[in-house]
Amino acid sequence: MINLIWVALFLVGMVYALFNGTVDEVNQAIFKSASEGVTLCIGLISVLIFWLGLMKVAEEAGLLSKLSRLFKPLMKRIFPEVPPSHPAMGYILSNTIANLFGLGNAATPMGIKAMEELKKLNGGKDSPSRSMITLLALNTSGMTLIPTTVIGIRMQYGSASPTDIVGPTLIATLCTTLSAILIDRYFYYRRKRKGKK
Amino acid sequence: MAAVTALSVWLVPMLIGTILVCAILKKVPAYESFVAGGKEGFSLAVSIMPFLVGMLTAIGVFRASGAMEAMVQALKPLLTIVGMPSEVVPLALLRPISGTGALGLMSDLVKEYGPDSFIGRLASVMQGSMDTTFYVITVYFGAVGIHKIGDALKVGLLADAVGIASSVLIVTLVFG
Repeated sequence: MINLIWVALFLVGMVYALFNGTVDEVNQAIFKSASEGVTLCIGLISVLIFWLGLMKVAEEAGLLSKLSRLFKPLMKRIFPEVPPSHPAMGYILSNTIANLFGLGNAATPMGIKAMEELKKLNGGKDSPSRSMITLLALNTSGMTLIPTTVIGIRMQYGSASPTDIVGPTLIATLCTTLSAILIDRYFYYRRKRKGKK
Repeated sequence: MAAVTALSVWLVPMLIGTILVCAILKKVPAYESFVAGGKEGFSLAVSIMPFLVGMLTAIGVFRASGAMEAMVQALKPLLTIVGMPSEVVPLALLRPISGTGALGLMSDLVKEYGPDSFIGRLASVMQGSMDTTFYVITVYFGAVGIHKIGDALKVGLLADAVGIASSVLIVTLVFG
């Protein structure tokens, strides 16, 4: 699936450029985007080192397992296949909480750690388990309590009340997250009906 | 509102403080654990690089060729029928694909129409209530070596569609 999409993005773009006369732009875009990818990763290095380091401290201090015990009832429903005391649960929670408070750069390292643990639970297979798709759905639905970047941009352009979108954003993000969980469930049961795991 | 903003400013220092105090109480070698965890972070960042370069290049080609714009134009009539102002259609379609691209479009709309206009508010809510599905899948699955994405993309994109619809609906109800 991802292979198909990837190739299609390239091919459609190139064929379109041929007819549209934008071959020059495409040539530039190839190298600009490639270096953009590298820059993005280099920017990620500092936050990954800092937050993963700190999370290691939190894990050894027993904070992650405490956190997962607290939210166990809710998380057991969303992630029924993850044993509640497994370290994966702690990372999933840290990821969710970091997302909620808009700490995007802290959420990513914890999400990746959670994925690592979930992969171990799944026997190291290279296809995603049910819980991995659920975690991804939670992250792509962009749940945040305070959209800080958006507020910043609104302030920059002289909004009379830059934060008046916080309430509507919260409701919208709740709708998105809830439906992400429901859609994820639907696909899971569809896979099950088809007999695939 | 001021309380919420203050809370989010204090959250990070408080979080770090709590973790470190707990570590001392539990007699965990805090600095050594930090370094051990941080090492993982570095190799992780490097391992994501090829995934991001590959995905961003494909998206870059798609956008630069004008195919993205053509797709937006083709879908515009369809989306205006369901009540979405045509100005925000490009943002809605770009949001799941490119985070920086969407942020650029959103600031553009806010600048153009004013932050307190209907369009400006709708763009703000849309930007704030969704995440970049493609980026999340690339980074999260790439980092741990998942090569088959299963239903993940479908779930993510369908949720984005709900996000777009609910943004339009809620902003219309609250500010419209």
